[in-house]
Amino acid sequence: MSKDKIQICEDLADIMPPEYQDLVEDATYGDQDRGWKDVGSSKELIEQHSLCAGCPESIAFRYVLASLPAPEDTVFVGSTGCTSLVFPHVAVQNIHSLFGNQNAIASGLHRALKVRFPDKVKDVVVLAGDGATVDIGLDMTLQSWFRQEKFTTICFDNELYANTGGQESGLMQKGFVSKMAPVGKLFDKVRLPEIARESGCHYVACLTVSKPNRVEKALKNAILVAREFGPTFIQLYTPCILEIGKQSMEGLDEMKDAESIGGRFVYKEYATDDVKKFLKEKDDEAKARKKAKKSAKA
Amino acid sequence: MNKEVDLKGKKVKLSQHVKIGEKNKMNQTYTDVSDMFAAKGAPSFLTGSEIIRDAVKVASVDISVAYPITPQSEAAALIGELFAEGYLLDYFRGESEFAVMGQCAGAAFGGARVFTTTAGPGTLRAMENFPMWAGSRLPIQVVVTCRGVNSPLSIQPDTLEMAYLLETGMLVWHAETAQDLYDFILAGFMVSEQPDVHLPLANCCDGFFVTHTKDTVNKAPEDLCLPPYDPYKSPVPCMDMECPPVRMMRDPFIMKSNYISYATHASWQQEVKAAVERSRKHTIAILGGLIETENVDREILIVSSGTAVSQGREAIRLLEAEGIKVGLVKIKTIRPFPYEEILEATANAKHIFVPEFNMAGWMAREIKALIPNNERVYEGPRVAGGMTMPSEVIAEEIKKHLGL
Repeated sequence: MSKDKIQICEDLADIMPPEYQDLVEDATYGDQDRGWKDVGSSKELIEQHSLCAGCPESIAFRYVLASLPAPEDTVFVGSTGCTSLVFPHVAVQNIHSLFGNQNAIASGLHRALKVRFPDKVKDVVVLAGDGATVDIGLDMTLQSWFRQEKFTTICFDNELYANTGGQESGLMQKGFVSKMAPVGKLFDKVRLPEIARESGCHYVACLTVSKPNRVEKALKNAILVAREFGPTFIQLYTPCILEIGKQSMEGLDEMKDAESIGGRFVYKEYATDDVKKFLKEKDDEAKARKKAKKSAKA
Repeated sequence: MNKEVDLKGKKVKLSQHVKIGEKNKMNQTYTDVSDMFAAKGAPSFLTGSEIIRDAVKVASVDISVAYPITPQSEAAALIGELFAEGYLLDYFRGESEFAVMGQCAGAAFGGARVFTTTAGPGTLRAMENFPMWAGSRLPIQVVVTCRGVNSPLSIQPDTLEMAYLLETGMLVWHAETAQDLYDFILAGFMVSEQPDVHLPLANCCDGFFVTHTKDTVNKAPEDLCLPPYDPYKSPVPCMDMECPPVRMMRDPFIMKSNYISYATHASWQQEVKAAVERSRKHTIAILGGLIETENVDREILIVSSGTAVSQGREAIRLLEAEGIKVGLVKIKTIRPFPYEEILEATANAKHIFVPEFNMAGWMAREIKALIPNNERVYEGPRVAGGMTMPSEVIAEEIKKHLGL
């Protein structure tokens, strides 16, 4: 969809809410180099959110949405959980259907868009929590990777079922005491990045959302690689401060702790050799665009 | 009450698609379904599975997702052959019926015409998807080749699974014969895709009895095909980012405990129910009615759906030879349920027999809940677990009950 399609009828322009005015006049649609730095200065795809104050998932949403290379042609598939409280506010089309079937929905959706728009790039992005991705939906997550479905899967990993009140999940760390794990979780955190690599993902990244640059880079890599090669996966640590007993202002520290040496979320990235070469080319292209922009300004 | 529609000399049009008259890449001409029915040729002698394939071949289906389960596996595989020949745009095997119905939903959200098949335990495994399909207004068509769902394991014909489909918000039709199945598949897409309906359709038939037996069927010429699906006639936006997004999901998904939330969910359920009812006028126009009747002025009636009707018809012939006159009501659509039609058809009956291929007797319950003086309804005979229902059994049951 071209940005030109988003227009306001002139006669009604003065009574339209400011957010629609902004979407028409100040959205970053169509700029492939849009990124997290636009947050706050250009119209974002998310305005309010309905999560807890200080929830790291809310900032993860902003970074992800700000970094999409082509939001004007991106459809999100969500699942049940805290993410499904945010999607109603997001100015990109998105589907919620059931709990756990997000990668099945995305498989059908991507194939339909491929046959209906053979000459256009239409990105499909799955964004779901760890319960949806690893527990109830693991079969469909893995099978979409086995089948080499060309879309990106993002897992917001908060290491428990946050929306239902903090129950044990497969991505919870061993020993953590929670609802439904009254004597502590008895088995290890599921090693999803490694499983993703072995299941056929061409690009995998596991990180926290403490550093927006990294989130932006990983997301752009994942989407560009999914277009050309096949499935990609990003796991983002978005701690549930409410359920792990932290204060609103402590989310960032929690993420920084988790990504420090020896932590569960030390930055991890896998890519095949072909993908590395491809990403290097894309990097060079982006740098050249930046340089050209700079010299044009000067 | 729907007024009686006289189809004689009238031309019913179920599609105004701009592509009608044009050819697709398989050299088939897009044609309104009523013209396709009018152009039916000499009878072919085919199995039900082959009939499903032949209907899909001329149905302009974009995407189909398959999964093996008896007795629909053959039909699902034959549709794969159509894909290999170029009649479908995409086709693949999913990993379970739950996933398959999700994949079908994804494809329908993306604006494709979607067809799939399932049966028995597969229908139940997929069940969570069906109210989601209806609530999301996805006009997916699933052919359900009914079989046993109980333990111990059974693959034999049994229509129990239809009872589970009744309150999903889907259209539920029940084919008696291979000819019905062929007509229902083609008419089904046209009815369920109407903007004022736009709901999924479960096209049910009795496994094995219909799928694995050969029957004569009059088919439309294969150089004709249904007009394509137009996703921009959907009452809800197509998820292809070709229209400006609004900051509200298409699904009525409001996780708040307040009156607006309750009202949204309640009114959406009402709307889905109303859309099921609105399908009546389109279905009557193309299938000639939601029920078919024979001699309903008689005091004894057999009322049922599916192959139980075929057996009932034979029983009537046997009884006729003994001088006992029995009428017949064949119900084609279970959702919408033909309330007015059944009330009218059973108005003069003193004894109503409801033969069924399941132990629950859901059809008898539906009828008893509807008609006045329902002590007139005799629930049965019933068979299950794959048993056949010989016409002699129905005839004997009727005579025994009436003391003849």
